[in-house]
Amino acid sequence: MEDASRRTTLKALGATLGAAAFARAMAPLAAWPEDLSIDELLQRHYKELSRDDMVRVLRRLEQETLDQYGAVVTIDDVRPIPEVQFGYALNLSVCVGCRKCAEACHVENNHDRATNQSYIRVLEIKNGSVDLAMGTVDYDHAVPKKGRSYMPVQCHQCDNAPCVSVCPIEATWKEPDGIVVVDYNWCIGCRYCEAACPYHARRFNWHKPEIPAEEINPDQAYLSNRVRPQGVMEKCTFCLHRTRKGRLPACLEACPTGARVFGNMLDPNSEIRWVLENKRTFVLKEDLGTRPRFFYFFDK
Amino acid sequence: MPLFTALTLFLACDQGFVDPSREYGPPVPDAPAKVSRVHVPTSLGAVDTPRRDIHGAPIGVSCATCHAGPGEDAIVVGDNGNPEQMHGTIELLHGGLACDACHEPTDRRLLHLADGAKLEMAEAMQLCAQCHGPQARDYQKGAHGGMTGYWDLRQGERVRNHCVECHAPHSPKPPQVQPAPRAVDRVVFPASETH
Repeated sequence: MEDASRRTTLKALGATLGAAAFARAMAPLAAWPEDLSIDELLQRHYKELSRDDMVRVLRRLEQETLDQYGAVVTIDDVRPIPEVQFGYALNLSVCVGCRKCAEACHVENNHDRATNQSYIRVLEIKNGSVDLAMGTVDYDHAVPKKGRSYMPVQCHQCDNAPCVSVCPIEATWKEPDGIVVVDYNWCIGCRYCEAACPYHARRFNWHKPEIPAEEINPDQAYLSNRVRPQGVMEKCTFCLHRTRKGRLPACLEACPTGARVFGNMLDPNSEIRWVLENKRTFVLKEDLGTRPRFFYFFDK
Repeated sequence: MPLFTALTLFLACDQGFVDPSREYGPPVPDAPAKVSRVHVPTSLGAVDTPRRDIHGAPIGVSCATCHAGPGEDAIVVGDNGNPEQMHGTIELLHGGLACDACHEPTDRRLLHLADGAKLEMAEAMQLCAQCHGPQARDYQKGAHGGMTGYWDLRQGERVRNHCVECHAPHSPKPPQVQPAPRAVDRVVFPASETH
């Protein structure tokens, strides 16, 4: 009898502990965010999605944009063009610091309107140096100011990208055409990549972006300019939703001085190759060994 | 051996996509290449009047409106011997050049090169190029001047800016402009004066 009683007691104790542990483990479900669907929770990593999965995800995201922003958009999974390696060069001799590139980026990539965010920061630096620490990005006077030069900085799409290697969950990676991308649905927002980037090229979505429906750019891609959720990282993608369809990036088209040169570095007749072979080019912080694909050059 | 195969398969899967059909987009056909053409602005062969359109841009009047053909006799609208009256909006700040250095004296609808060869207004870039060689070379190579359209001429055409779209021919140095608004960033960079 005593044995049976002891066994029953232990059983009850075990069951109680088990139930408590189970309740504890399930506790996060009580704090289920309202805007998180089961489909989103169970969505796999971008690279593991089959073609059919991808289509389902894209339609879901389009529906979410319609529900949350009232905008009808098309989100595509735009993949790289075979035998293309993107490169970008910027002529510091002619840049006047007008921020038209940043403005175009803001519009093209569906950035939050209130913060006027964009993937490009234009540094104003004193002539005769590339001293970033002494540069400013908040100038508000007529440009170009005498004795100052201007240096737009955006993602350099490094071949040895520190942001990619620090990501604890492989939510960011380098694509076959050289573009470093983020799966916004996989990112947990730890911001390690923001800290790792020596060019300060990554942005964090502190808030849910707010954009009026009529201002949303409806031409979107999963890995680039779709409206990002709150709490994830984002970055310049060389406008892959445009450039992977052969078009020029929005910042290049907007540049009123023609300071920007973009193209396929594998094509020996491309403009970017001519610049790399004939101009005095340099990369920012070369000593760090990040091997950027974004080059600066001078006319003289 | 099965272990080795399994390991290879695992590594292969880890490197690429589970669905290889998604790795690249559709191949771009080597279709007839599109062209990269130069946009010819309407401001060529026109002179600004003091009148403005609804965007605040000056309204131009074509040279041919007054200069209908070759020779002085071809002036349709007289200026009473006072060219400044019709050309008053022009501020000539181009390296001390005189009007006739570029404009053809015997036919004001045209330009002329340094050797005297007459040139249509639409071909003004040749005229620019004879003095601005390095810029003309860079332009030809795609490293100078703005553009819109496609980097990939297999997929679409490119439209390149004409010289005069950025450099007013009579005063080529671009004026100062007010920059677009800055981002309201959480990170504040130190001002260079106070740092």
